[in-house]
Amino acid sequence: MTSQTYIEAEAAALPADSQIIVARNLVKRYGELTAVNGISFEVRRGECFGLLGPNGAGKTTTIRMINCVSPVTSGELLVDWMPVQTRQRRIKATLGVVPQDDNLDPDLTVYQNLRAYARYFDIPRDVAEERITEALTLFQLNDRRKDKIDQLSGGLKRRLTIARGLLNSPKILVLDEPTTGLDPQARHLVWQKLRYLRSQGVTMLLTTHYMDEAAHLCDRILIIDEGRIIAAGTPDELVREQAGTDVVEVHLGDSDPAPVMRELLKHDELNVERYADILYVFSRGENGFDARSIEDDAERIVYRRANLEDVFLKLTGRGLAAEA
Amino acid sequence: MTAATLPRPRSFGFKWPDVTLRALHVWRRNRDVYMNVWLSEAIWPFVEPFMTLLALGVGLGNFIEFEQDIDYVAFIGPALIAVYPMWSATAECAWGSFFRMDQQGTFDAVIATPVSVDEVSTGEILWGGTRGVMSVFYVGLMVLAFGGIESPLAILIIPLSLLANPMFAAISLCYTATSKTISSLNYFFATYITPQFWLSGAFFPLDEMPGWVEVIAWFTPAYHVVRPYRALSSGEVDSTVAIDIAWMLVVGIAAYLAALHLMRRRLIK
Repeated sequence: MTSQTYIEAEAAALPADSQIIVARNLVKRYGELTAVNGISFEVRRGECFGLLGPNGAGKTTTIRMINCVSPVTSGELLVDWMPVQTRQRRIKATLGVVPQDDNLDPDLTVYQNLRAYARYFDIPRDVAEERITEALTLFQLNDRRKDKIDQLSGGLKRRLTIARGLLNSPKILVLDEPTTGLDPQARHLVWQKLRYLRSQGVTMLLTTHYMDEAAHLCDRILIIDEGRIIAAGTPDELVREQAGTDVVEVHLGDSDPAPVMRELLKHDELNVERYADILYVFSRGENGFDARSIEDDAERIVYRRANLEDVFLKLTGRGLAAEA
Repeated sequence: MTAATLPRPRSFGFKWPDVTLRALHVWRRNRDVYMNVWLSEAIWPFVEPFMTLLALGVGLGNFIEFEQDIDYVAFIGPALIAVYPMWSATAECAWGSFFRMDQQGTFDAVIATPVSVDEVSTGEILWGGTRGVMSVFYVGLMVLAFGGIESPLAILIIPLSLLANPMFAAISLCYTATSKTISSLNYFFATYITPQFWLSGAFFPLDEMPGWVEVIAWFTPAYHVVRPYRALSSGEVDSTVAIDIAWMLVVGIAAYLAALHLMRRRLIK
């Protein structure tokens, strides 16, 4: 008996252009370790959806379950309304996968890499040739066709990996940390290409631990930590709700934190977080914190707008540096 | 916490191979790589058997006399068509496959496409088998040139090699799938392939040895490849050929299914 899951039943009632990935109570365990602990989310068609979290949060595990390369322990996961447990080939045919580690084929040239990859999707030769040229042109790699992979820089490899992910004209492009390890120029070029793809209507799911990347690219964001969802929303919403509008950074340096802390405790409307030797004082526009009273006790004080990084630091409860 | 109480889905039972013609895409990928570097890849499987035929067959063979007046080149010739391709097929599915799997992440890239893990394993075994069969042709032509083939029945070595070499490749891939590091493949060659190369009856008749040697040899694949090749090459075919073919079929299929299982365990996490 093939019983329809409740999500599938729900799907029948929904307009075809809404969700493209649906996860309900998704769990992944490796022996004793629970990598993903009951998360639920939806990715809508045409949007860029960001999965954020510190290393080890469960981002890559989630992505691997969506890509059908890692079996789901429990819960439901539908990609284009197909369950990942039973429709693996069909799902994989509709996804464009850009993994975290460039697993380009070092034994083959740039062109041969794409040729071999297109074959895995049973793309006919003439169509493949067309798409290869198109993808190489888009990513400005056409003059590198005959190069070996190890002749390419990190940025070029990344562009080629994304180009490879587009060969099957995917409904969803799944990118796992697309710019990790790239220099700023290379990152911006990748971002530009991804924004272009989004403008062309390509649905994107990406993981990152760069907050500026998420702010640049994502329409909606899910922040996960230790396998659980800790916040969800648009980047603006998240910043407004979690961090307010303004931040005062109090750099303590070698000075004694006690006087500063005493002063801050007088303002119980303030939200203060401490990472290493920096205090972050979050506030909202109208009752902004005036740090003049503690100026003498701190090494340096910085006033700035709240951003996604503040949200991240606040929610994950530890500095990004702590995960290194 | 309903999730924590759910039984973990796990199947210990037999899983039917999930294999379609897409396995050939994996084979084609390996062929493309080979075509990029074929000259350097081809020299070793060519020079080594040539030297063996010259040094052992002709050189040492001058000093060897069999009771039944057999030429030593004709004795080792067909056996070399068995054991050198064994090296090619097993090396491809050991060093080659391990490198692609572990070092290069090639298999991870492939299984993210509609190609299944079973098709990756099948494609690798087919490619390992292909390397073995290519070597059958080199070595076979060489043996022919040295006058080591006495019967036209030897042409039947070709279809038999289509069974023998994928069998060697499948056995090798089983070991590769369970290897933690590339250097642990050394054990496989030092304790399994090299002894088979020298002791499976390729270079001297085993019936002159203590009985237990032949008993052990009976359980090794190379023995069941050397024996029918030699029978076909000399034209003295008897019922043991059928036994050897059956042996290769049973072991080949078992090794193939084991390789699929072990590769699934290795690649699906």
